Amino acid sequence: MISKEEVEKIAKLARLELTEQEIEKMQRDLSEILDYFDLLKKAPKPKSNYSNIPRNNGIADLNGARKDEVLQRDDAQVQKLIAGFPDKKDDYIKVKTIL
Amino acid sequence: MDLTTLTIKQSHEGLKNGDFTSVDLTKAYLENIKKSDLNAFITVTEELALEQARVADERIALRLRSGQTFGLLCGIPCAIKDNILIEGLNCTASSRILENYVAPYDATVIKKLKEQGVVFLGKANLDDSAMGASGETSIFGATKNPHDRTRVPGGTSSGSVTAVAAGEAAFALGSDTGGSIRQPSSFCGVVGFSPTYGAVSRYGLIAHASSLDQIGPITKNIEDCEIVFEAISGKDKMDATSTDYKFEELGISLKGLKIGVPKEYFAAGIEEEVKKIIKSTIKKAEDAGAEIIEISLPSTEYALACYYIIGPSEISANLARLDGIKYGLSENGKDLLDVYLKSKGHGFGPEIKRRIMLGTYSLSSGYYDAYYKKAQEVRQLVRQDFEKAFSKVDLLFCPVSPFPAFKLGEKLDDPLLMYLADIYTIPLKLAGLPGLSMPAGKTEDGLPVGLQIIGNHFEENKILAVAEEMEKLLT
Repeated sequence: MISKEEVEKIAKLARLELTEQEIEKMQRDLSEILDYFDLLKKAPKPKSNYSNIPRNNGIADLNGARKDEVLQRDDAQVQKLIAGFPDKKDDYIKVKTIL
Repeated sequence: MDLTTLTIKQSHEGLKNGDFTSVDLTKAYLENIKKSDLNAFITVTEELALEQARVADERIALRLRSGQTFGLLCGIPCAIKDNILIEGLNCTASSRILENYVAPYDATVIKKLKEQGVVFLGKANLDDSAMGASGETSIFGATKNPHDRTRVPGGTSSGSVTAVAAGEAAFALGSDTGGSIRQPSSFCGVVGFSPTYGAVSRYGLIAHASSLDQIGPITKNIEDCEIVFEAISGKDKMDATSTDYKFEELGISLKGLKIGVPKEYFAAGIEEEVKKIIKSTIKKAEDAGAEIIEISLPSTEYALACYYIIGPSEISANLARLDGIKYGLSENGKDLLDVYLKSKGHGFGPEIKRRIMLGTYSLSSGYYDAYYKKAQEVRQLVRQDFEKAFSKVDLLFCPVSPFPAFKLGEKLDDPLLMYLADIYTIPLKLAGLPGLSMPAGKTEDGLPVGLQIIGNHFEENKILAVAEEMEKLLT
């Protein structure tokens, strides 16, 4: 079974606070699911090299990236986004200190 | 006349002939919603709906006076899954973390429906953050199956499907990542369609797993499905994966059509009654002139494990944005890390946490090769299976789910058991293919069973043409 320490380590990487009960249940659930994933070990290797596997879902022309540019939005739209900030100063998002 | 039993086309005819107005139609659906105990809706937008209906009626009157036609969807009331943004309305994804989130803009599919003059009855219930297979993980409580209130409607588009099945909407939009449109459609006896990856813009859909998510229609019949699909599909500059694609009617029939039946979809685990119904449906296609060819998709057994690595990996990245900083639930903390930990810890439900953990684990140093990389390789095997199949056949016929709707609470505490409900709907998503669920029959207990029709990329027209013929054979 996956250890308590390992669950805590992964949870921290994911920035997820878990209660003691949640950690315990997570140990059981993840172990069961990861055991099930072992099935993949017997799957054959695909013919194409991993780095050549298409990331576009096998369909052509899905990876058209757009230009990295600032698009003008109307003010009403901007105000709606700002209204959704949990904490703000003027039109800026306010956050806690990092350290 | 009960207006809520009418299809989109029938409602359109009624509006055209002046038999009733969009306001009448909207009121009839709202009445059903109010009387209902199914919990299909999270938000009912009565005022908005009636206002939209009045506008639609004016638009229709104006067009008719000048001898013009009007769009098939004009004045038709629908339900929208509550993970699709409608400007100014709450969009919760049935999650604690977005419980009070107000959509700042319209999703592209909503913009398109608004242009058509569609009426929005409200936002439909779903599994928390569109993760689940039963509709039970919603923070607003489970939706009930209209065919048997002790059973689940399936998930995650639980409310959208229930609304259409119970006469609480003329049609609905859902989203399908691993089966979230098709599986509940099968459980509730309606038509549900997950289009080709890239056929419909996802701009304004709350992201789940971006290499899999698609928006699709849930309707009373195949004709309606085609109408809604045509209205929402096409290229959108706001979604780089959407493609320039125009649906074209296709004059094909079952006669001479090659239908593949994947033998792995009838192996251990499928309930006898489901198997019998699907086999007899396939026999009907054969009697109508189709050639039935048994095929093999040998990587099917790996698809579920592959999906539950790729899906959660993408979830762990996508849901990182819900951190209590820019929008959504924000908990107070002593420093930035504490805000993240608490907001996510309190805001995400058990299934979301499970998947974020699985994804973070699969992507973490030391496990990446064994899990994420391996899953990407297996995904390629699954794609190749389908490629090979479609070099020999036109379409695939198979069940949607190995069993009909199960009891409320039956699988809620066993994640792996719940995951198995999507075992036949997942593989085609890994290959980016379109799949449809349509009612094929009912079990002795009166529970609907769906037939799944799978097509090659962007062959929605082939699926729908054949499904329409099947619909006639089955009624």
